[in-house]
Amino acid sequence: MEQFQGRVWLLGDNLDTDVICPGRLLDAPIEEIAEHALESVRPEFRAEVRPGDVIVAGGNFGCGSSREQAPQVLKAMGISCVVAESFGRIFFRSAIAIGLPVLACKDVAGAFADGDTASIDVEKASVTNVAGGAVMSGERLSPEMLEIITRGGILELLKEKTGGAQ
Amino acid sequence: MAMTSAERILARASGRDTVAPGDYVTADIDKAMCNEGFAAVAMNLGAAGISKVFDPERVVVIMDHYVPPPTERAAMIQKIVRGAVSAFGLPNFYDGRYGVAHQVMMERGHALPGELIVGTDSHTCTYGALGAASCGIGFTEMAYALATGRLWFRVPETVRFHLEGDLPPLVMSKDVILKIAGDHGAEVAQYRAAEFSGTGAGAMTMASRMTISNMSMEIGAKFCFFETDARAEEFLHGLPVGGYDPLVFDESARVFAEYSLDLTSLEPQVALPHTVENVQPVSSLERTPIHQALLGSCTNGRLEDLQAAALLLKGRSVHPDVRMLVYPASWAVYRLAIDDGTLADLVDAGAIVMNPGCGPCFGSHGGLLAQDEACVASTNRNFIGRMGSDKAGVYLASPATVAASAAAGYIADPRDL
Ligand code: SF4
Repeated sequence: MEQFQGRVWLLGDNLDTDVICPGRLLDAPIEEIAEHALESVRPEFRAEVRPGDVIVAGGNFGCGSSREQAPQVLKAMGISCVVAESFGRIFFRSAIAIGLPVLACKDVAGAFADGDTASIDVEKASVTNVAGGAVMSGERLSPEMLEIITRGGILELLKEKTGGAQ
Repeated sequence: MAMTSAERILARASGRDTVAPGDYVTADIDKAMCNEGFAAVAMNLGAAGISKVFDPERVVVIMDHYVPPPTERAAMIQKIVRGAVSAFGLPNFYDGRYGVAHQVMMERGHALPGELIVGTDSHTCTYGALGAASCGIGFTEMAYALATGRLWFRVPETVRFHLEGDLPPLVMSKDVILKIAGDHGAEVAQYRAAEFSGTGAGAMTMASRMTISNMSMEIGAKFCFFETDARAEEFLHGLPVGGYDPLVFDESARVFAEYSLDLTSLEPQVALPHTVENVQPVSSLERTPIHQALLGSCTNGRLEDLQAAALLLKGRSVHPDVRMLVYPASWAVYRLAIDDGTLADLVDAGAIVMNPGCGPCFGSHGGLLAQDEACVASTNRNFIGRMGSDKAGVYLASPATVAASAAAGYIADPRDL
């Protein structure tokens, strides 16, 4: 699996799916949700996020709703990987299911400042602050999860099973 | 070997004798619930070239979030759902008027003890009140589950909560789960299963148990369990259901952590904006004026919740500065609350009674907040912007506290009314 190196958006604890995708936009296309993603905590996110950026966050990232638009919009905006101290369970699963790499790593938020560069190896579950600091070890994903991410999402596995048509 | 509820059900569903926390299993799904998210699920199925679901009888589609559709786009989503339900030939379809999906699943007998159930909604864990292992998943995973009838699960550890003694008058099961969130944090059951036991749990009605299992999501729980005791059997007795495996806890099974809560001394609790763990006893709160009081949702929109509010508001008036909205959790609840006069009492007090459904609970329609407004709500989430403006505040409380506050105009202790 590829390794990621990207500029860090540092976010806090308990960042919920409503903040990533407000409820009033649940009937909207992803491009419209992208105009408002994270705006209540980081108003500049929309204008300044660049493809390849990574999110580093505190505990319980993506807690709350099952809305898949949350990981989808982050992926669509170019976020290459989300590393958090812990995740809301459904966000974590859905991110993997759509092929957005996620990594749980204890104490990771304290090792980064906003705008630092993070180097991440998802398969080895390691995270490093390129500006210096120790290699941090996160929780390894299972081989099944890694395969889903590598393939670009669980639908790709499904297509393979059905040969693309039934 | 002694197994927790989660281990027992996942072992059964994956065809193994035993499983242990941390194991990954691929398990057969007993039921799959979809709300309006079925529009996205169907699109994913189409993209993968799938035209059949694994077992149409095991799929339940219930529209609840956009009832009635507040926007043209929402109406379109519902239209897509109806088309997809018909294309996939799904017999268990509840179009908008039946109520919130979780309530409908329970009261129509679609959720049974011992089953493994997934749903496209985070509060699918509600069915644990009956002893089902149920949890929310996303649209892409649901497409996979509907196509194959299977899904991967990580066997969770279990956290046990012993609830002891009876709740004092005007203190409700909502106060219990808020107290737990306040004392132990929003991650006390993160990735884990929660088992609720003890005399306090046993004494609770099914409706009260459902409030706790619903909100177990807010303390991170993947599954939540109550035992299938006589009360649960009685609930199931009235439903058109066949056989099921009653869930009995094995107290000798190894759990990750245990907590005890003495219910006899519990006071009404409130979660302040913007997290569920920001909890205080209502009695210690500074006077907090409110502009909206919301009674309803899959957390607290059942008959006993409406009755508790009506009892307090009968002969009183909703404060002139407050709009009080009532969203019964289902059509069945609505109908019963008409028959026994509950809705009449609420309407006479000045409440606005709305249709069954999610209403403003997720911030899309039917009672949103302007900036600097505050709402006391019997719902389950008070995230920033959850109910309208991201500069508004949502306070989570029990139906009794919501009713007392609606009358007072500020967040009020129902015991003082
Ligand atoms: S009532 Fe609220 S919490 Fe329950 S399903 Fe509807 S939006 Fe979700």
